[in-house]
Amino acid sequence: MRIGLYPGCSLTGSSREYKESVVVVAKALGIILEEVPDWNCCGATAAHNLNHELALALPTRILALAEQAGFDKLVIPCAACYSRLTITQDELNNNPELKAKIIAHLGMDFKGTMVIQNAIQFIQDDILPILPAKITKPFDYKVACYYGCLLVRPHGILKFDRPEDPQTMDAVISAIGGTPIEWAFKNECCGAAMSIARTDVVGKLSGNIVKDAVDRGAEAIIVACPMCHSNLDMRRPNINKAMGEKFEQPVIYITQAIGLAIGLSPKELGLQRHFVAVNLPEKKVVETIMEEK
Amino acid sequence: MARIGVFVCHCGENISATVDCEKVAAVAAEFPGVVYSVDYKYMCSDPGQTLVKEAIIKHRLDGVVVSACSPRMHEPTFRRATEEAGLNPYLCEMANIREHCSWVHEKGDAATGKAIDTIRTLVEKVKRNTPLQPIRVPITKTALVIGGGVAGIQAALDIANAGHKVIMVERDPSIGGHMSQLSETFPTLDCSQCILTPRMVEVAQNKNIKLYSYAEVESVDGFIGNFKVKIRKKAKSIDESLCTGCGECTTKCPMKKIPSEFEQFLGKRPAIYIPFPQAVPNKPVIDKERCTYYLKGKCKICEKVCPTKAIRFDQEDEFIDVEVGAIVVATGIDIKGTDFFPEYGYGKYKDVITGLQFERLASASGPTGGEIRRPSDGTIPKKIVFVKCAGSRDPAKGIEYCSKICCMYTAKHTMLYKHKVHDGTAYVFYMDIRAGGKNYEEFVRRAISEDGAQYIRGRVSKIYEKNGKLMVYGADTLLSARAVEIEADMVVLATASVASSGAEELAQRLHTSYDQYNFFSEAHPKLKPIETNTGGIFLAGACQFPKDIPESVMMASGAAGKVACLFANDELTREPIVAEVNRKGAPYYSTCVSCFMCIPVCPYQAIDREQIKDRNGNLIKELARVNPGLCQGCGTCVALCRSKSIELHGFSNSQMMAEIIAVLN
Repeated sequence: MRIGLYPGCSLTGSSREYKESVVVVAKALGIILEEVPDWNCCGATAAHNLNHELALALPTRILALAEQAGFDKLVIPCAACYSRLTITQDELNNNPELKAKIIAHLGMDFKGTMVIQNAIQFIQDDILPILPAKITKPFDYKVACYYGCLLVRPHGILKFDRPEDPQTMDAVISAIGGTPIEWAFKNECCGAAMSIARTDVVGKLSGNIVKDAVDRGAEAIIVACPMCHSNLDMRRPNINKAMGEKFEQPVIYITQAIGLAIGLSPKELGLQRHFVAVNLPEKKVVETIMEEK
Repeated sequence: MARIGVFVCHCGENISATVDCEKVAAVAAEFPGVVYSVDYKYMCSDPGQTLVKEAIIKHRLDGVVVSACSPRMHEPTFRRATEEAGLNPYLCEMANIREHCSWVHEKGDAATGKAIDTIRTLVEKVKRNTPLQPIRVPITKTALVIGGGVAGIQAALDIANAGHKVIMVERDPSIGGHMSQLSETFPTLDCSQCILTPRMVEVAQNKNIKLYSYAEVESVDGFIGNFKVKIRKKAKSIDESLCTGCGECTTKCPMKKIPSEFEQFLGKRPAIYIPFPQAVPNKPVIDKERCTYYLKGKCKICEKVCPTKAIRFDQEDEFIDVEVGAIVVATGIDIKGTDFFPEYGYGKYKDVITGLQFERLASASGPTGGEIRRPSDGTIPKKIVFVKCAGSRDPAKGIEYCSKICCMYTAKHTMLYKHKVHDGTAYVFYMDIRAGGKNYEEFVRRAISEDGAQYIRGRVSKIYEKNGKLMVYGADTLLSARAVEIEADMVVLATASVASSGAEELAQRLHTSYDQYNFFSEAHPKLKPIETNTGGIFLAGACQFPKDIPESVMMASGAAGKVACLFANDELTREPIVAEVNRKGAPYYSTCVSCFMCIPVCPYQAIDREQIKDRNGNLIKELARVNPGLCQGCGTCVALCRSKSIELHGFSNSQMMAEIIAVLN
């Protein structure tokens, strides 16, 4: 099976550690991810606020390139890219006229049959089955899995997990030895696109999320979306200011957590790139497992 | 030579606005066999009928085609008029140029042409009509009432008091339905059980009513006046004739921690149980799925303590065949559970409860003895948030209708709460307040102005638990237009009312129709709200749509009235549109070739074998025979008969063929 990877802009910039960790974890497990050749911007928030056809044409080009490359499926770690490409494929498949029009704009063949997966789906399908044997250092921490808004909505199109109180990431964390907490802000708004324009708003919204996670005993917050990460991590000073507290709990990508569990080094996983230092306490679990063996 | 009259109705403008009725009448006059053709503004009016009658006599008509509305509307009117003019009523046919033509087409030549074609086919049919005589069948003057809630109880009592026998089937161990679970009732705040239990006792004591509790309708055959019903009496594992209802077994049963259905899972019951103290019949049943003996083969403590030796572990389900003339469906509603609401925690928060659970908390006979206490820790909540329209009026949840009863019972809940917890505050999130009903609006006003309920117009987006409190996020969409955050101790969801579980299967067993929400369909939304499309089957209460108590009782009495009207006659007149296997003289007797393919295809089991014997009793031939009392005139056997030996009266093969040819020409 040939698996394509569409990184999108965030994964080459502000959250390059997300891409690094996706790739090294896959590689460590013998899975090759091939990047979509000559990929372009997915349009994210900007395009569909301006021009509907442009907002569809951008993702369609990426999908067309992925089809051309002959991928069996396309993994899209960024939640915004995942949302745009999935919604575009669904909309065009349900509107043949519009599909023909977009294809004409692009001058490329587009079938609309690509299997699109986000990072968690990719982990569930390709990583979890072979993971248990590879775990050397269980990720034995109490963590809050934060899904954000785009991964599970709109449910009618994405058909992934349940829209309120989703569970898939919690299951992955349990599989690598962690303890996901029950909490209330799994898919609450982090402020997302306001990250640049209104840091005060982001501070408050993301602050609510971090505070609830910490109040319920989370040692770290696990995410699978670059915007969630930058708001909870990079905007931590704004969060601390808005909440009047100093939170030190790090924000870690789900792939980084898996990487730690299979013994990859923090550096390979890009943990040093975070604004909030990842200083998870060493656990003695490794020794006990060794003793049992 | 035929002498047919054609009567074209304008139906005010219903037809004439689209179809050129004068032209239609003029063209029809030229059809072969038509000797008289006329158009008129309202053919169903008294002068219109007189026009038909006078024309029949004056022009010695031997067939009538009234081209107007659907035969479902006015066929009886014109057949009666035809009969009054001395012609057999079955020589009158309706050409439907309203529902099938003017209402569904644009004005123009095409619509007029279609009306002409429709009339042409009916003229050809009428030429081949034969006089028919109505069939008379006897009526079994016993009614079946399915469901023993307040609607079923009212219907059964009314029918019984009219002097007819009633068989009541209730699937739970006791009658009483949801009303027996309620604490007080709006808008008078009188105790629900106090007003219901006398009726329940009346059912038990009425000589005309035979109650089968813990029983279900297994199958229904037959037709109006003559239904054959099989009832499954589920094994209660007790001998009811010996059991005195002393309750010794229920107190000694070691399995005491089973969530009680009657208490909406807020209280517990044993494995052998009587659902509530005033149950009718007041005899226990054993829950076989939870009983230690049935699960593990050991225990039998109830058998040891029973003073009358009434426990029967080997009892099996019993089937009872009954014959009834009418059926009243009163199966009521269920309400959605809190697990239906992802945004309110998928049912995982113990202190988020349904309205029905709140009724049990407020009820003096409930698990808390009528004190409002949190299910999680038993403390008294000081802030309760009520969420109306939970699931109802929400296309995203697949329930687009208003559940109708929630506005009123939520107002009642706020009052009951305030009367019990004086320093507590009740918040109500609402979309609208629908309080149409006698003294209803005044009741809601009282909840707000006298009992201080805080009504907030807006929806609740999210509920989550934090430090033992329920955080309720909502919106106030009125003047202040602000986000609302309430730290509540308890949340009550007025969850959507939905069709009772099993309603769909029951409707299929009854051969009656139901809507997309599995509510039973009435025959006509305005004029036949109690009847179903199946003759002899009537609806009572919320099985048709969510209803409060007075409405359920009204409808039940209406259904009982319908049954009494039916039972007022000894015989029932039925349409003679039935199939018949032809008969010839000896030695052929019939063209039937005795393949009997028709027997298995008949949906009404109306066909059997008839033996032709000689004088010495020797079998000469076996023929198929249609029982006209059972035949519903569907025509399936006619279509299947290989030798064309079955004819459907009123819709014979030659009539159908003439109609088709008339269309094709």
